[in-house]
Amino acid sequence: MSVDLVILANVVIAGVLTGIVYGLMALGLSVIFGVARLVNFAHGEMMTLAMYASVILFFTLNIDPFVAVLPVATAFFVFGYALQSFVIHPFVTRPEHSQFILLLAIAVIMTNGLLIIFGPDSRAVSLDTLLESIELGPVLIDRGKFYAALVAFGAAAALFGFFRLTRTGTAIRACADNWLGAKIVGLDVKRLYALTFGLGCACVAVAGCMMTLLVDLTPALGPAYTLLAFVIVIVGGLGSMSGALAGGVLIGVSEALAGFYFTPSAKSMFSFSLLILVLLFRPRGLLGNKL
Amino acid sequence: MNRRANRLLAALGAVLLVLPAVADNYLLSIVTLFLFFAYAGQAWNIMMGFAGQLSLGHSLYLGVGGYAAGALYFHFGIGPWAGLWLAIMICALSGAAIGALAFRYGVSGVYFTLLTIAFAEFTRVGFDHFAWVGGSGGMFLKVAERDQIDLLNLRGTPAMFYYVILGLAAAAFALSGWLLRSRAGYYWQAIRENEDAAQALGINTFHWKILAITISSAMTAIAGVFSAFYYGNLFPEQIFNLSRSIEIMLGPIIGGIGTLFGPILGAALLTLVAESTTEVVAALGWETPGIKQLIYGIVLFVVIVLLPNGVWPALARKLKVTK
Repeated sequence: MSVDLVILANVVIAGVLTGIVYGLMALGLSVIFGVARLVNFAHGEMMTLAMYASVILFFTLNIDPFVAVLPVATAFFVFGYALQSFVIHPFVTRPEHSQFILLLAIAVIMTNGLLIIFGPDSRAVSLDTLLESIELGPVLIDRGKFYAALVAFGAAAALFGFFRLTRTGTAIRACADNWLGAKIVGLDVKRLYALTFGLGCACVAVAGCMMTLLVDLTPALGPAYTLLAFVIVIVGGLGSMSGALAGGVLIGVSEALAGFYFTPSAKSMFSFSLLILVLLFRPRGLLGNKL
Repeated sequence: MNRRANRLLAALGAVLLVLPAVADNYLLSIVTLFLFFAYAGQAWNIMMGFAGQLSLGHSLYLGVGGYAAGALYFHFGIGPWAGLWLAIMICALSGAAIGALAFRYGVSGVYFTLLTIAFAEFTRVGFDHFAWVGGSGGMFLKVAERDQIDLLNLRGTPAMFYYVILGLAAAAFALSGWLLRSRAGYYWQAIRENEDAAQALGINTFHWKILAITISSAMTAIAGVFSAFYYGNLFPEQIFNLSRSIEIMLGPIIGGIGTLFGPILGAALLTLVAESTTEVVAALGWETPGIKQLIYGIVLFVVIVLLPNGVWPALARKLKVTK
């Protein structure tokens, strides 16, 4: 293999691995939208909160993010369940823009709350065990990225399994397909919505713990990741689970390539132009089914 | 509106007109900020409040408008009164183009809102790399004497800027009032309440929605020009930021979406909250970045939960100014 090709392979693999973590984050957004028809405008902010939880566990109790995943995801599940039950549920019947603004208010509170508590300085987690790269012939794979992607993929697979194989998962899918029908056959829609929101938050928590291995953490990350999550789910197809993962990988690779061939600061321009094109020409997303 | 409302409005106008004679520069700068958001909120309200199209990308027009007039002044010494027309033209065209693309392909609701954000963010990153206007390092407009009034180049005292934005806010209020009672206003409200029904009645919804976004973006362009010359500098990270779009829409949401007084009342309340927060925080020694935005977030949250129609409709009943 020529040197150029090896570098390209490195960049693409790094993009795919980051993209899988992106995909899990977007999966949370997609599940919440698919079932509760709610646009979680605080999604990136929730992930930033999870990242802070993971970083604090690391620096105070020396718990590494791979272990922190469990308590943080559990806490976020409870948080999401409570948020949907007590705050968001009354908004289910309100106009779309009303829900949007509610979540926006929550997002603004979270970002600036984090800024006030932790200050604007960036933090990063580095584990000694992850310093050595995995060598795959001439291609080098970052160990942290690899494990992060593995965990993210496992969490996504578990969620797929839950929705396909369990009775509760089937009930939630019924809610998503036909809200009125679900109510008529006696499903507790309010509880299922809360459960879904909790699961979406747990997804974002796992993604957040893994993201601490990939990027430096500042309170300002929130809005950027909310937008990124939207780009991914719309490109992949809002409400489609496999679409979110595929969209994540696509955006991850396109960001990595744009950062490599142009300049890293321009990489989001590519994601946004992709979003604009998809919204205009294939608004259901690349893998989206009919809404 | 009845006579009581007219009298209230006249009193407000009189106070605002004589204010520079009695107020110091600090107070004047705060009221200027209030009028700026009252103006920009009025522009946003035409799109969302009247026609029901939620834009979260109004910072796009603010920034493009500011940069258009700013660049003409910076590079060629062409004053803002000429640059204004370029700013209006570019923004009206981009607004119409975004609207045409979105509405032609049936992008609506949340998807439309996300599209407006995407265009604003795309442009923000673009301007970060647009070297002719300074890129991410920003563009600085020549500062003239702060005590000489050069109305032609919009350089001068705080009182001059104050009267300019007061005039703009008053004009936007009058324009909104006229629009709301015009043919367009009734069509917009029909579209806002039920687009399918409006279309079934024979209203060309595509056409009227484009008109709303064009007027709104052209008005926001003027706000951008004002902001560029008032502050004398432009940074893509600031003027195109999503938080600018949020600030623009906060006033009308808190005041009351779709009402004439909502954007004014909302901007006044927000300015009041922001300033008193600044004072209290300074007095207590809690000064830290983010506290003002945190308070904004909490205010927005409380209003949307408790008063989803905004403060004005409730206040109007108390003051007995509605029919």
